[in-house]
Amino acid sequence: MLKTVYQSVKKSITVLLLLLPAILICLPVVLIITGSVMDSIELKQYLYPVFGGGEEFIRWKLMPDYPTFEHYGRLLFMTPSFFVLFWNSVGMVVCILIGQMIVGVPAAWAFAVYYRVRGSRTLFVLYVVLMLLPFQVTMLSSYLVLDRLSLMNTHLAIVLPAVFSTFPIFLSYGGFRAVPMQLLEAARIDGAGELRIFVKIGLPLGKSGLLSAIVLGFLEYWNLMEQPLAFLEDKSLWPLSLYLPEISWMQAGFAMCASFITLIPAAFVFVLGQDYLEQGIIYSGLKE
Amino acid sequence: MMAVRHNGSFVMFLLPSLAGVMVFVLLPFLDVMKRSMQTAVTGEFMGVKNYDVIFHNQAFLLAVQNTIRFTLVCIPLLVLVGLMVALPLSNLKEAGLIKSVYLFPLAMPTATIVLVWKMVFYRQGFLNLLLTKLGAYTGWWGPVMVDYLGTGASFWVLVASYLWKNTGYTVVLWLAGILAIPNELLEAARVDGAGRWKSIRYIILPNLKGSFYTIVILSFLNSFKIYREAYLVAGSYPQEDIYLLQHLFNNWFVNMEFDKMAAAAVCVGIVLFGAIMLLQRLWDKTD
Repeated sequence: MLKTVYQSVKKSITVLLLLLPAILICLPVVLIITGSVMDSIELKQYLYPVFGGGEEFIRWKLMPDYPTFEHYGRLLFMTPSFFVLFWNSVGMVVCILIGQMIVGVPAAWAFAVYYRVRGSRTLFVLYVVLMLLPFQVTMLSSYLVLDRLSLMNTHLAIVLPAVFSTFPIFLSYGGFRAVPMQLLEAARIDGAGELRIFVKIGLPLGKSGLLSAIVLGFLEYWNLMEQPLAFLEDKSLWPLSLYLPEISWMQAGFAMCASFITLIPAAFVFVLGQDYLEQGIIYSGLKE
Repeated sequence: MMAVRHNGSFVMFLLPSLAGVMVFVLLPFLDVMKRSMQTAVTGEFMGVKNYDVIFHNQAFLLAVQNTIRFTLVCIPLLVLVGLMVALPLSNLKEAGLIKSVYLFPLAMPTATIVLVWKMVFYRQGFLNLLLTKLGAYTGWWGPVMVDYLGTGASFWVLVASYLWKNTGYTVVLWLAGILAIPNELLEAARVDGAGRWKSIRYIILPNLKGSFYTIVILSFLNSFKIYREAYLVAGSYPQEDIYLLQHLFNNWFVNMEFDKMAAAAVCVGIVLFGAIMLLQRLWDKTD
């Protein structure tokens, strides 16, 4: 009896200890949401010491004195540039993901199924190394190609290199590895061609890998910064992720509202695709 | 006959990707290697002069030093924190929800939290407010007025953001490793009278070697993305403790100093290649 009480107390303490930092982790969202519905004057009062050089500390109220949707109204109805950047982001992310699927998924299939072909291991290691190289190392090489193809300052400069990223290949590969080889052998004996096997057996059975590549890819490219900063000069071509920092603190409510709207698609994908996200993280750690 | 047909299929499936990788990454990288031995504008052959220049360049040395320091502090910390969260989580039924909360920062676009970072870490921000209140309450210290972003503390702000963002990723990887350990092993240990600590020490940890290498590699990959936070909070020329290689590459790019950039890209590329190969070798040994 005493032992079970002790056990359950211990368990509750563990849960509490794990939840506390978790709550701290989520506080930024709470700040953004409350700030986005706060009246400008109130917001200015709270933030002035931090950004304007006052001597007091910052203050905050979780329930604003005068809740208002003025910022949302201004952002959604009076700021067309916001929509331009929003659709820039959507367009680039969608094109990148579609491109990655078309180019990357067959490649992942090749590595997963035809691993006995000579040279395939070496190529795979090369792909893994490329996946791990940070953008800064390949920045100059990308620039040289993009410049030669006169793609600088166009959306293709962001989309094309991303389409050939090797990270989604690695994730889809993780999904394809789970497809039993005997099944493919049986299909071959029945006379199915390799392409047919890929479409009819590979894609349906390996779809968890593809979906995890899409979820992780979306979160990554929705947050795109290094590439547009380097390759897009024209600010009207920028993605949303570069718009927010341009807003000054004087319009904090407006900025928080824009932040919140930027967060919505990512949060949506996160909630819908959480299982695939986890699966993808696990695939990203799979050994060949 | 079989083998021949498979060679063909392999090439067919891989070709689009391989062609793109060739055009966009491999061939231009050869060009970069060539340029690393030339002058930026005229393309005259310089030998290893550019390498000599960057290794005497103050900014480069500072950036390398900071990047190494950041990596050496962050990765062990992240690996440990992740494990410390994952171990108790692996025993809980409520793990799902807690895991989601830890994963959520991964979905938060960097741009959305920059304003929050400023509100927390500026001189009159929430962190100092909290510390001052705590000091007043306990009477142990007076008001705290540190400007976290303008002093050496900025380095730790960056470390904290990195942990904030990546702990969830690491927890998921550790959990996958822990759950893959055969239950019979743990059961057998329990029958032999091993407590929780003993089974962690002698069964769980030795079985997690493979996960460990993976986590180190992926944490490293993600550590380069901290540039986003650093750039958005502090711009192109931040406080000198957080001037990273990423800043330097970007600034060289803006100033069109392609000769230095090429030499540095080759150096960093070679070091990373070596590190990855070494880790992979260690990893292969865990079988």
